[in-house]
Amino acid sequence: MLQGWIQIALTLLIVVAITPFFGRYMARVFVGQRTIFDSVLNPLERTFFLLSGVRAREEMTGWQYARAVLYSNLAMLVFIYLIFMFQGVLPFNPTGLSAPSWDLALHTAISFVTNTNQQHYSGETTYSYFSQFAALGFMMFTSAATGIAVAIAFIRGLTGKPLGNFYVDLTQAITRILLPISIVGAMILMAAGVPETLAGPAIVPTLENPGISQAIARGPVAHYEIIKELGENGGGFFGINSAHPFENPNGFTNLVEIVALLSVPTSLIYTFGLFANNRKQAWLIYSMVMIIFVGFIVITAIGEYDGNPAVNTLLGNQQPNLEGKEVRFGWAQSALFAVSTTATMCGAVNALHDSFMPNGGFVTLSNMFLQIVWGGQGTGTAYLFAYLILAVFVTGLMVGRTPEFLGRKIEKREVVLASFLILLVHPIAILIPTALTLTIPGVSGITNPGFHGLSQVVYEYASAAANNGSGFEGLDDGTLWWNLSASFSLLAGRYIPIVALLLLADSMSRKQPVPATAGTLRTDTGLFTGVTAGVILILGALTFFPVLALGPVAEAFQIVKGIG
Amino acid sequence: MSFAREAGRAIRSTLVLWVITALVYPLVMVAFGQIAFPFQANGSILTNTQGQAVGSALIGQPFTSDRYFNSRPSTTSYSTADPQNDPDTILQTGVSGASNLAPSNPDLLQRVQETTTQLQQAGIQPTADLVYTSGSSLDPHITPEAARAQITRVATARGLPPNQLEDLISQNTDGRFLGIFGEPGVNVLRLNLALDALGS
Repeated sequence: MLQGWIQIALTLLIVVAITPFFGRYMARVFVGQRTIFDSVLNPLERTFFLLSGVRAREEMTGWQYARAVLYSNLAMLVFIYLIFMFQGVLPFNPTGLSAPSWDLALHTAISFVTNTNQQHYSGETTYSYFSQFAALGFMMFTSAATGIAVAIAFIRGLTGKPLGNFYVDLTQAITRILLPISIVGAMILMAAGVPETLAGPAIVPTLENPGISQAIARGPVAHYEIIKELGENGGGFFGINSAHPFENPNGFTNLVEIVALLSVPTSLIYTFGLFANNRKQAWLIYSMVMIIFVGFIVITAIGEYDGNPAVNTLLGNQQPNLEGKEVRFGWAQSALFAVSTTATMCGAVNALHDSFMPNGGFVTLSNMFLQIVWGGQGTGTAYLFAYLILAVFVTGLMVGRTPEFLGRKIEKREVVLASFLILLVHPIAILIPTALTLTIPGVSGITNPGFHGLSQVVYEYASAAANNGSGFEGLDDGTLWWNLSASFSLLAGRYIPIVALLLLADSMSRKQPVPATAGTLRTDTGLFTGVTAGVILILGALTFFPVLALGPVAEAFQIVKGIG
Repeated sequence: MSFAREAGRAIRSTLVLWVITALVYPLVMVAFGQIAFPFQANGSILTNTQGQAVGSALIGQPFTSDRYFNSRPSTTSYSTADPQNDPDTILQTGVSGASNLAPSNPDLLQRVQETTTQLQQAGIQPTADLVYTSGSSLDPHITPEAARAQITRVATARGLPPNQLEDLISQNTDGRFLGIFGEPGVNVLRLNLALDALGS
């Protein structure tokens, strides 16, 4: 058991070690300081802006920035939808796949444009190589870059700077952050065994019975795999995602993938510290999130290590729960991956969450309810600061002073936007569709009986609304109802918060800074960070606690009592 | 800003970014993979002495007889089908999949019970990996304990000394990365290919 904890601890140490370097690099990119790629990228980006009609020096207001996000994302959505519907006649389709149904294509397009990558299909049997690399792979860059751009605009606003230009931020997030790392990462993954080919599946006779053949699905996987993790997209090239030996063949690739999917949201907190010129504040928030994160890993890993009591009785001794897990990852790396992927809204899986013990269900759902245990690419960091604003407001009420954050007064408009963002959108996008699905006869698609069935439905909407994309994949979700209702949660969970965040940033950036006095509530203290953690737990977790009690908590009691 | 100008900027940016991230990047990476790492880039395909493909070093195959080390139970039978009778077109695309059974699902217990009984009848001490289905249904590995538990059966079926099989197992075990990350696993296809190569 100790060996498993050492693996987990060392992985987290690597992530922490990367944070200041990567965080500083991202700050340099978005402040416009010189970086090593300037001589190549400056002319290239200028050409991009010329071709796309972007005036790089044009500053946008919050509303203009939000409109640019919406227009560009709509254009991308229509574009990839058309690729799906015409994949039958487009090139790079070695397995001869025809167009998917309109509702599946629509759900997939929305799911990928929102950085969610919820998949109601299996990659190898539904989308051609062209659809995968030219449509899905494309969204993996742009949706991740959209998230980073929004986070940077939000950080700029909070720290009193103009918000910037969406198209410039979008392009630079791709050309200076996502693409260079992806190129190196893809090469590393290829060397470690991940395929990168345009050839169709290999058909071989099996060794034991040559009359039976095996189809070995492959494709251009490596370049897709790295941006899938780095951009916190999470949509697998193959149906079974990073559990597939071609997406994640060994302990080394698994380490690369976990570090890649944690790197941006962890480092962005440090980037904020540099923008705000207060690294102490950044490390305090970082530590708070890390403590919750480690707690969640421990809860999940213990569940998987102890295994299923009913099965252990049959086996005659205590064995880890390996249902839906690969031998090469075991309980420790599977638990670490599951918590990391739901914390960061990546949504890739290297083990099947549906078959995790209730501890894992509790943690993965909690991650998606809270959305700030690192959180989504860019948006998670922004939510974290929205919570800070609420915590400032709450403490301001306690001491009877006008609340201030980073030297700017928090007033009615900011509190309304922040609480709207955190207290309303997420529950509405998850709980109302869940209630509908459970009420309408014949649509739920539940495949596991009892309390776990409820978890399957809640998980699907939580994953959609949090833009995570993982699933309790037993759920029979490739239906018209699921495609359309999950699309609602995907859109509501993505664009309403983005617009609210940008308006919030806009109004903060327009405020006159107030000089700090002895009476100012300092936010870079352990005490205030503790209060923030309390606000997160009360506002974020309690809303969803009844659902957790009826799902994983009840299932845990059921298992303890004995299945039968 | 006018609607037309805003929409035009969105569409043009989409196309420019599409060319770089969705055409140039993947195709350059494919070319790089085919030149620099042709074995891995094409799926780590293993060939026999006649040069015919027999499987992938990274993908498991079904083994259930006494003459071979058995692999883990798989929900897709390792993406295999009879070429003469393949109604689900498995051989057209290849498949992957998992049981997705919840720990509280009685079907899981029933299945584990059946597998456990089969293993015990074959004289194999059941381990977790041999009774639980894998994540991908293509898991190339079993744990070293599961491999060692099968030595007696394979040795008897093939008339080989057990210590020779122990050597084969350790030769075909993939260790942890740096001895730290991941879990050791015995590659079942490579082990069984080595077994066949012994002759007998």
